[in-house]
Amino acid sequence: MIEQILEFIKQYKKNKSAVVGFIIVVMLLLTAIFAPLIAPYLPDNQDLANRLIPPIWDVKGVSGHILGTDDFGRDLFSRVIFGSRISLMVGAISVGISLSFGLLMGIFAAYFGKKTDLIIMRIVDIMLAIPAILLAIVIVSILGPSLFSAMTAIGIVGIPVYARIVRSSVLAEREKEYVVASRINGSSNLRLMFKVILPNCASPIIVQATMGFASAVLEAAGLSFLGLGAQPPTPEWGSMLSNSLEFITTAPWMIFYPGLAIFLTVLSFNLMGDGLMDVLDPKLKDK
Amino acid sequence: MFSYILKRLLWTIPSLFGITILVFSMVHLAPGDPAIAILGDKANKQSVMELRAQLGLNKPLYVQYYIYMKNIAHGDFGRSANSNEKVMSEFKDRFPATAELAIVAMIFAIILGMGAGILSAIKRYSIFDYAGMVTALAGVSMPVFWLGLVLIYFFSVKLGWLPVSGRLGYEFDIEHITGFYLIDSLLTDNIPAFWDALKHLILPAIALGTIPMAIIARMTRSSMIEVMKEEYIKTARAKGCSRFQVIFIHGLRNAMMPIITIIGLMLGSLFAGAVLTETTFSWPGIGKWLVQAVYQRDFPVIQSTTLIIAVIFIIVNFVVDLLYAFINPKIRLS
Repeated sequence: MIEQILEFIKQYKKNKSAVVGFIIVVMLLLTAIFAPLIAPYLPDNQDLANRLIPPIWDVKGVSGHILGTDDFGRDLFSRVIFGSRISLMVGAISVGISLSFGLLMGIFAAYFGKKTDLIIMRIVDIMLAIPAILLAIVIVSILGPSLFSAMTAIGIVGIPVYARIVRSSVLAEREKEYVVASRINGSSNLRLMFKVILPNCASPIIVQATMGFASAVLEAAGLSFLGLGAQPPTPEWGSMLSNSLEFITTAPWMIFYPGLAIFLTVLSFNLMGDGLMDVLDPKLKDK
Repeated sequence: MFSYILKRLLWTIPSLFGITILVFSMVHLAPGDPAIAILGDKANKQSVMELRAQLGLNKPLYVQYYIYMKNIAHGDFGRSANSNEKVMSEFKDRFPATAELAIVAMIFAIILGMGAGILSAIKRYSIFDYAGMVTALAGVSMPVFWLGLVLIYFFSVKLGWLPVSGRLGYEFDIEHITGFYLIDSLLTDNIPAFWDALKHLILPAIALGTIPMAIIARMTRSSMIEVMKEEYIKTARAKGCSRFQVIFIHGLRNAMMPIITIIGLMLGSLFAGAVLTETTFSWPGIGKWLVQAVYQRDFPVIQSTTLIIAVIFIIVNFVVDLLYAFINPKIRLS
């Protein structure tokens, strides 16, 4: 096992951009965990006397506010730092929803085949026939705009992709000798599905989950930007950008850093996913 | 080929059925009375009662679904709860704005994406290759709305070269023929309006086209690299074809297949981008309208827009599949 891990690290390290991605992801995680220690202010702390102060390198900048302040005098650096918590939480919960339902649907479809497969895959096809953002908007309009609705919507929209990946991997494994041997030994269907087959399908699922994390963060920021996700005063990056739109001429610094944070987060997970794909599932890369 | 078309056409039926069920159930899934959801919170008791009777809300769900489908089959998509306009006529007014933006963005993405991809492939491991691929990677991770804001800041606020938002300056007026401003202004010989419409289109089209451009660039590069290794490329070189002929006629033509596929598949993300781009640039299209409808809980608009766009998608995917099968005999024979 240790040898396998060492081999994995050796292979992963060959892809330099994937290493950069991994480092940024670790930094993001640390930022999210230690946000109260890193940020000089609480994200909702208003200071109307210090509204719309430019970043520290500007002539009018103030030493206490590195990236300046917004229209309520809230410290932008602190808000961007606390925003990492929300984005990572959104990514984790959305991917969690997509993965758990997609996994169940995919494994049941492939393992039981026939009518179960037909019904599940029809549902998947219908979901894929609607553009993801449209489906997400439909779900948000039913639940009402909030961060919770956005996470749920993004989670549901992601289900079909996981269902398809899990189904095709399970189909490839189902008839292999070790599965047949385990079945002859008297393993139950549940044991065969989750203990015997599933661990051997992990690679493409891990790769998809990493890439899916990136798109979940991007989609959630998009929905919040539209006003359909996190609501003010939540320090969510997309919602901060939405608020910055009306200050683009008077306080342009407000538009840069939340967007840069989204970009770096999405980029790092994409780079990491690319690296994982090289190591875990090289066949996928050729496609 | 005929049996393939028929089979593929039959596959669209469950999808269409599923979408109508989803759209129909929206008002029932939302908390509260469906009639109030459709008419809005401010509706008076009388009109709520009338709508309840009209939609048959006291009848079983399958009867209500039948009534809903019958109305749609007659082209009756209901009225907007907010403006009281017919949803279909508002949709027709706004659709050309979205289509024009999407088409221009796609042209931008295809020209630049394929150009960068080809250059990266033929000058592999050069500075062009690295620069092109870093840009492509960054493009895939770029939030469209942020790119839009940064473009507005540099090109509109700072340099003042291009307009901040909207589709046309107030001083211009274009006669509506097709709804596409670039075409309508040319048809009516209104050249100043054409330039103004074009100026308004540049930034949103760049913002919307960047992600597709990045994807097309990556796909073109890998496809061209594969093709350029082939024996027939060596043959073409050996028989004395010019560099241009080798790259574009022998190389690119054979590398086109995966590029066309990816362009077809990108229509979904193009719509997602359109919703965000239209909000950033106050572009009066379907995306912005849909988002406003969600704020106002204007269910007839959300339902109809979702249904129409989903149907357009199914049709476009169907056509792309047919084209693909037409180009590649392996698909229709399998």
